Order: sequence, then structure tokens, then C-alpha cells
Amino acid sequence: MIRRAAAAAALLACGVAAASELRPARDFLSPELRAQQDDPSRHPGWLWVEEGEALWQRGERSCQSCHGGIATMAGVATRYPAVAPDGALLNLEGRIERCRTQQQGAAAFGYESDALLSLTAAVAQRSRGLPMSVATDGAAAPFVEEGRRFYEARQGQLNLACGQCHDDNAGRRLRGDVISNGLGTGYPAYRLDWNTLGSLHRRLRACSLGVRATQLPLGAPEYLSLELFLAARAAGLPVEAPGLRR
Amino acid sequence: MANPIIARITLPERARRGEIITIRVLVRHPMERAIDAPGLTPLPRKILHTMRVTYAGEEVVRADLSQGITANPYIEFTTVAVDNGPIVFEWDEDGGTTYRREARLVVT
Repeated sequence: MIRRAAAAAALLACGVAAASELRPARDFLSPELRAQQDDPSRHPGWLWVEEGEALWQRGERSCQSCHGGIATMAGVATRYPAVAPDGALLNLEGRIERCRTQQQGAAAFGYESDALLSLTAAVAQRSRGLPMSVATDGAAAPFVEEGRRFYEARQGQLNLACGQCHDDNAGRRLRGDVISNGLGTGYPAYRLDWNTLGSLHRRLRACSLGVRATQLPLGAPEYLSLELFLAARAAGLPVEAPGLRR
Repeated sequence: MANPIIARITLPERARRGEIITIRVLVRHPMERAIDAPGLTPLPRKILHTMRVTYAGEEVVRADLSQGITANPYIEFTTVAVDNGPIVFEWDEDGGTTYRREARLVVT
């Protein structure tokens, strides 16, 4: 037992696994689920994508009135989370909320609201299949470092770091599912467990609960920098949103 | 019709007469099972309990859905392309609401 812990610590000391060792989340899905993820006619996540595309055009100062058709959003999800000019780290949800409150003069949708999930899914879907490429230098560097520290820190009553599951044991089974590399490229994703579309932060809260650590609120700075670190880890791997997960 | 359900109906745009076509129906609905247990606020059942599909004036599919069926149910079935004209999908919800959608198929 002590030896295994030492080995895990040694692995962690080597830093995060290189991107070449990481496999896209779809590789860890069952063949049935993977086929369903690829088929919009059988993927319930598309119900939200469709709603998001309608929201894109709704209202006098709609998203469309500035950005044009939603097709212009191709590739955007590969670059988020990103640091805004004022120094705040924004993920796609945060960017949309900021657009809404500052440009459109409307009330924020609220994290995990159906409207925000729909719009995020519709925007992210336009980057489906494109390789992740978030900026990790300049203003983003300290956030990446913060995210790395969070990822590597042992947490909760089970005293586990993210990598002990998602690097050391990826591909093995845990509670009836297969452990993935935990890249988050499929979020917002439809989880069969939730019966609905949900954000990455909702999934991260489930991870926190899993190791009996404190569940941070949706949109918490710790989760945001972790999201950036995960996106940096996933560099070059395809966006899968909206994903389909167990 | 308050709060209309969103349905994604996928079928080929056109088919030859006599061809077997696959129709996929994905519906957004919470399929609320009843809640009735000590300590919980009781909630009446609210599911889509019946789905009917009518094609060329004839009922081709009728499904009785139970509360054991997941939210956002997905149903796939096949039928024979016989005639131009709308394929009508109808869902009955607990409480008496009926939702209706139409899809078109061109038969050559």
C-alpha cells in the first residue's frame, strides 16, 4: 500500500501526462454511446442545441445582431476559457453571461439555467471536431498554474488528486463506468445520470463529492482555473460538445 | 397549448413507394413520475402517456409510455412509404393536453 502511494506520488512528480498519452473522451465511451453521441437524430443534447440556436436570434439586441449567424462561432469553444481584457478568467458560460449583461443590457441567465446551457451548447457545437487550443501564456499563465495545483493536490476525505484516477487509472472501471482522462471537452454534456444537459462545473462538483471534498459553487474561481488547465491538457484533442455521458 | 414540447423528428425527405423508412423521434419532456412518500412534497404524475402516429389517414404506431421511461424519451420505428402527405405525431400528456407535430415525406 505504501509502495503504491509512493509510486503515485512519483508519477505526479513527473508532472502531467503529455498530450500524446491522453485519449479523447469518446474513446472511453461504450460503442453504443459513442454512436449515439455522433448521431444528432438520437442525441438528446440536440434538443438544447436547437433551443440555443433559437435563443441566438431572439430579441431586439440578439446575439445575431452583433455576431451574425451562429456559424461564425466555429472554433470559438476551442479557445475558452480565456482571460478577458480586464483580467478575469471567463469560460464560455461566463463569456455569454458577460455579453448578455454588458452588451445586450439584459439580466444574466444564471449558471446551469436551461437558457445558458442551451446557448453554450449551440455555440460549442459549432467547434465540434476542432482541436482544443487555449492560450496558456501571458495573462493566462498564472491561471493555468493555479489549475495545475488544484489538479495535483490531494483532496477530500479520500485524499485523492485528480490524476490518481484520470491519469493513473484511466481506462479502468469505477462504479460501473470507465474512467476517462477527464478532459472536459464534451461539456456541456447530456448525462444519462442527470436526464439533462449539464455544465462542466456541475460535473466537477460530482468529482469533488466523489472524493468527499468540499463541493465548490458553480463558476467558482478554483473550478474555472481547473477548467483552463484541463483545456490546456487537452490541446490538440477534438471538442466533443455536446457530449453524451453515462 | 402552454409550454409546447420540443420534438426532433428525423426521417428521410423522400422515399420510393413501398420502401421501408426509419423514423426517429426525440421529445423534450421531464416525464415526471409521481412523488408520494413520507417527508416529500407530493407531486402528481405528469408524463406523456401515449404517442400516436398517423400516416396517410391510418394509425401506424401507438405507444403506451409508462413512468418507467426516462425523461426526453427517444422512440424509433419503421413504416412503409405509401403516400405523399403529412405524418402526424400526437402525444397525450397527463392532465389532458395533447401535443401535435407534423412531418412531410415525399413519395416517388
